[in-house]
Amino acid sequence: MSSKGKDLVTGHDAEHEYEAGLAVVAPDAIKDPGLEPHRVRMTDKSEKHAKNAERQVTAMFLASIVGSAFALWAYFAFPLSPTDLGTVRSNTLFLGLGITLGLFGIGVGAVHWAKTLMPDAEVSEARHQTRGSEETRARAIEIIDLANQESGFSRRKLIRRTLYGALAFFPLPGIIIFGDLGPNPADSLKHTMWRKGTRLTRDPYGTPIKATDVTLGSVFHVIPEGLNESDHKLEEKAKAAVLLVRVEPEILKESDERKGWSYDGIVAYSKICTHVGCPVALYEQHTHHLLCPCHQSTFDLTNACAVVFGPASRPLPQLPITVDAEGYLVAQSDFTEPVGPSFWER
Amino acid sequence: MFKRKINNARRNPFAAILVIAAGLLVAGGGYAGATAAVSHSTSGAYTADQVTEGSKLFLTNCASCHGKHAEGTNYGPSLIGVGAAAVDFQVGTGRMPGQASGPQLMKKPVQFTTEQTAALAAYVSSLAPGPSVPDERWTSTSGNTTRGGELFRINCAMCHNAVGAGGALTEGKFAPVLKGVEAKHIYEAMVTGPQNMPVFNDANLTPQDKNDIISYLKYMEANPSAGGEELGSLGPVAEGLFLWLFVLGGIVAITIWLGAKSN
Amino acid sequence: MSTATATKKKGGFLAGTANYLDERVGVAGILKEFGRKVFPDHWSFMLGEVALYSFLVLLLSGTFLTFWFQPSMVPVIYDGVYGPLKGADMSVAYSSTLDISFEVRGGLLMRQVHHWSALLFVAASGLHMLRIFFTGAFRKPREINWVVGFVLFVLGMAGGFTGYSLPDDLLSGNGLRIIDGMIKGIPFIGAYTSSLLFGGEFPGEAIVGRLYSLHIMLIPALILVFVAVHLFMVVIHKHTHYSGPGRRDDNVVGYPLMPVYVAKAGGFFFIVFGVIMLVAATFTINPVWSYGGYDPSPVSAGTQPDWYIGWLDGALRLAPTHLEFMVGNNTLSMNILLPMVVGIAFLVVVALYPFIEAWVTGDKREHHVLDRPRNAPTRTAIGAAGVTFYAVLWAGASTDLIATQFKMSLNHVLTTIQILLIVGPILAYIITKRTCLSLQRKDREIVLHGRESGRIIRMPHGEYIEVHEPLDEYEMYKLVDFKAYQPMLARPNDKGVITLRSRIRAKLSGFFFEERVEPVTATELEAAHDHKEIH
Repeated sequence: MSSKGKDLVTGHDAEHEYEAGLAVVAPDAIKDPGLEPHRVRMTDKSEKHAKNAERQVTAMFLASIVGSAFALWAYFAFPLSPTDLGTVRSNTLFLGLGITLGLFGIGVGAVHWAKTLMPDAEVSEARHQTRGSEETRARAIEIIDLANQESGFSRRKLIRRTLYGALAFFPLPGIIIFGDLGPNPADSLKHTMWRKGTRLTRDPYGTPIKATDVTLGSVFHVIPEGLNESDHKLEEKAKAAVLLVRVEPEILKESDERKGWSYDGIVAYSKICTHVGCPVALYEQHTHHLLCPCHQSTFDLTNACAVVFGPASRPLPQLPITVDAEGYLVAQSDFTEPVGPSFWER
Repeated sequence: MFKRKINNARRNPFAAILVIAAGLLVAGGGYAGATAAVSHSTSGAYTADQVTEGSKLFLTNCASCHGKHAEGTNYGPSLIGVGAAAVDFQVGTGRMPGQASGPQLMKKPVQFTTEQTAALAAYVSSLAPGPSVPDERWTSTSGNTTRGGELFRINCAMCHNAVGAGGALTEGKFAPVLKGVEAKHIYEAMVTGPQNMPVFNDANLTPQDKNDIISYLKYMEANPSAGGEELGSLGPVAEGLFLWLFVLGGIVAITIWLGAKSN
Repeated sequence: MSTATATKKKGGFLAGTANYLDERVGVAGILKEFGRKVFPDHWSFMLGEVALYSFLVLLLSGTFLTFWFQPSMVPVIYDGVYGPLKGADMSVAYSSTLDISFEVRGGLLMRQVHHWSALLFVAASGLHMLRIFFTGAFRKPREINWVVGFVLFVLGMAGGFTGYSLPDDLLSGNGLRIIDGMIKGIPFIGAYTSSLLFGGEFPGEAIVGRLYSLHIMLIPALILVFVAVHLFMVVIHKHTHYSGPGRRDDNVVGYPLMPVYVAKAGGFFFIVFGVIMLVAATFTINPVWSYGGYDPSPVSAGTQPDWYIGWLDGALRLAPTHLEFMVGNNTLSMNILLPMVVGIAFLVVVALYPFIEAWVTGDKREHHVLDRPRNAPTRTAIGAAGVTFYAVLWAGASTDLIATQFKMSLNHVLTTIQILLIVGPILAYIITKRTCLSLQRKDREIVLHGRESGRIIRMPHGEYIEVHEPLDEYEMYKLVDFKAYQPMLARPNDKGVITLRSRIRAKLSGFFFEERVEPVTATELEAAHDHKEIH
């Protein structure tokens, strides 16, 4: 635009010169005309309007009293009945509306009062530099020097350095005492409740599942037998939850080492997402895709649950299964890799 | 077990009487309902006339995609063995006859009368045995809602949302909203697994389990949230959007009134 | 004001009280110093107050909730009044949350007040930060207060998240599950840190109690301290004001604290509280009863965090597939680290922006007059790019809902948002900068030639012209009261070397100020008027 090659100049402040940096301080800037003249309100001019505003403010405050009184009444008038949850709704609604009116009345009244009846001419107040005056600053420096001299902080190097050292070390015990917040995870993340011969049972009631129960296209949410009796039910469930699906055996792409891991088209995969651990529970019967509802990682069940979409990287771990003598589905072993979200040492 | 002491009011004798009375009423009502349902059972009992009528309807309306004998073509799957439940669900919710290809079949205005739907169901179920239209006792709302809620959360909520508000699947498919869906259609969807929904056969969820789930859904439908308007039951995203647009928006409007000079 | 001070003669109860207080705590001196302090009045100056007031509401409603809430994960069988959970397994925390909702009169109301005001607290803080940013209120001497405000925003998110997790319902439990997964993804220390946080394996029985300590003690205490520092600095600096006639860097124009500002700000507290109460009375928030107690196996469609954590959840969703690598025998989860790094980098840039801009402009003057956003085009454009980046991440957290609500493919939505994350901020930058420059040029036109009046007149010699109405001096001053900045050239230092530092700085200042519109000067104005008269 209209840069005319003005030199960079320095801004002048009351006491000090500060660099204006790259700001162009134009010598012929348009002059500040000063504050606009005050515009007089109706309530300043006419007694009638002022009276009216006064009545409005009073009405607001009265409404507030009515609102609070209503809330008090509603507290008793709308008790909670253990058999009718609709009473919770009316209690919440009417109690809340009463308090709302009580609050609004005060708020709107006070603001209306300020806007209509209190002076509305803007006033100007001087603002001073944040930094102290030269005198103040000189005195401050003097105090620091004096403190330094009297204590010998700069002079006595040994004292100063050992103090720094002590200050650096003293917080360490404060950190270490948090060590017992939790145990060393050790190998617990690498194992689940599944063992050779553990029956696959229905989540949440723990009833065993026969291979014949699992018809084509159905999906079973599975927990290991005995989970509900476990001392650490939720922790175990957070690792051991499994999804069980039957597909046509011929569409399963199984690697050689996993040939025996399925049973007649029935496959079991960990339900815990390898991304950050949400249950990957959305099974699409025709696409055979598993979708995680939290971050949309998608896994292809027919291809060893490889990731086909979304932020996850690793396939869902497969649980090797077979049937026992009574025809119930059982695990051949634990998972052969850690389930759930990745961690450094896995 | 941990003992809770919150509200002694529930422990007063009058409350106990009330609860027992209510319990008796519900149990009695449920029993009466169940017995009535058994006697009016329609499952699996179709007349030969219905089958003939159904076969005619099938040839004119369905055969072009599903084949003359429902054996399936490139345009539609075989219907042999899908049972009356599948027909009642697909036709009864208007999904069939299908329209324009998309990621999935959409709910539309129903095209056939109840009798015609029953006739089609009769014809398809005559081809091979399959899941039948549920007995009325399984579509009642007198099941155990606690069990129903648990089973719903484990088997259904990941797709349909914790209160049945629906959710997204891959590539444009979605799990529909369950509010306002007829109990028998919910039952039929579970037992037949329409489109990409998996099947929940009776070995997985027993008819009683399914009834518990239906009872839970119907309870949620009949009892609006105690907290007030629900914002579509879509959870924190809807709440956050509402807050920014209406709550903070409203407050900003108020600040403008506050900052404006009075006349 | 008629408030009596100690020097006033005795008379009445008020005067007596005032005298009593002054002789013990020197209240007269305080009033003399602060009673008539001037506060500028503008709607956008109230946003910080909204945040402050919602925090007060949080303290009040939160205290109420603590009287019933039990932060324990000990399993119980529910025997409260809510039908569809009777007999269900759950934790004491969840069970007591249900009891507050259904068995305490006003309990559900207070829960909803608490949750809505938490959302409002963070939202109002964010909007307040945007106001500060776009008007340049963070410039010297307020850089440190910007950082204090930034810390408050982060503390708000922390307070919100720790509270969100307390009821131990299915939704919040899955939220914690995600946090656990993210922590485990940190190299070397992930698994240990997770174990320390959860007291062993996830979910354990410790986390709710621990978050409760943080939520009701440490975080609110820190917020209070930082709010105190924040307000203390406002008093030291005095409030900024918008540019305009009579508003200078060495004065402050507005209304006196007593009575006008006290009435307005005090009244506004009741209004904000009232709005929260109204919404809490009529709109459900976080209906925990419909989610059920936490269980690691189920999950609900639409599992999302509260809005202020949304952008981080979005970042997690947007990471491309296959970003996990093996480093020797160890796993490096870049699919988790990348979003975390991006999120932290964004926050760091936000926190440091005042220092970056000060370095680029080299401007060491105090600024108490605010910029109109258009008069700092590059800053405004950077802000718009930042807002877009944040908003796209935020939208990323609701890909599933966008897909279902607008009948689109989830996969397409996600891919589009991934692209938008890169393209969106660039577009926003360009569009905003162009818009600002155009607005500035229009301002120049108006100052030089007046406002278009829409009246067309025919001149004696037959020419038609539109009458332009000149501005009055006050209006005009509003449009010219800003400074333009000139880019710096990389100059050699004393040793005759052009350092890398000065090169970077020259590049940046070029980026900031290469294109600029300068304010109309008195000379230009005169020239324009002369020109008109010749006509």
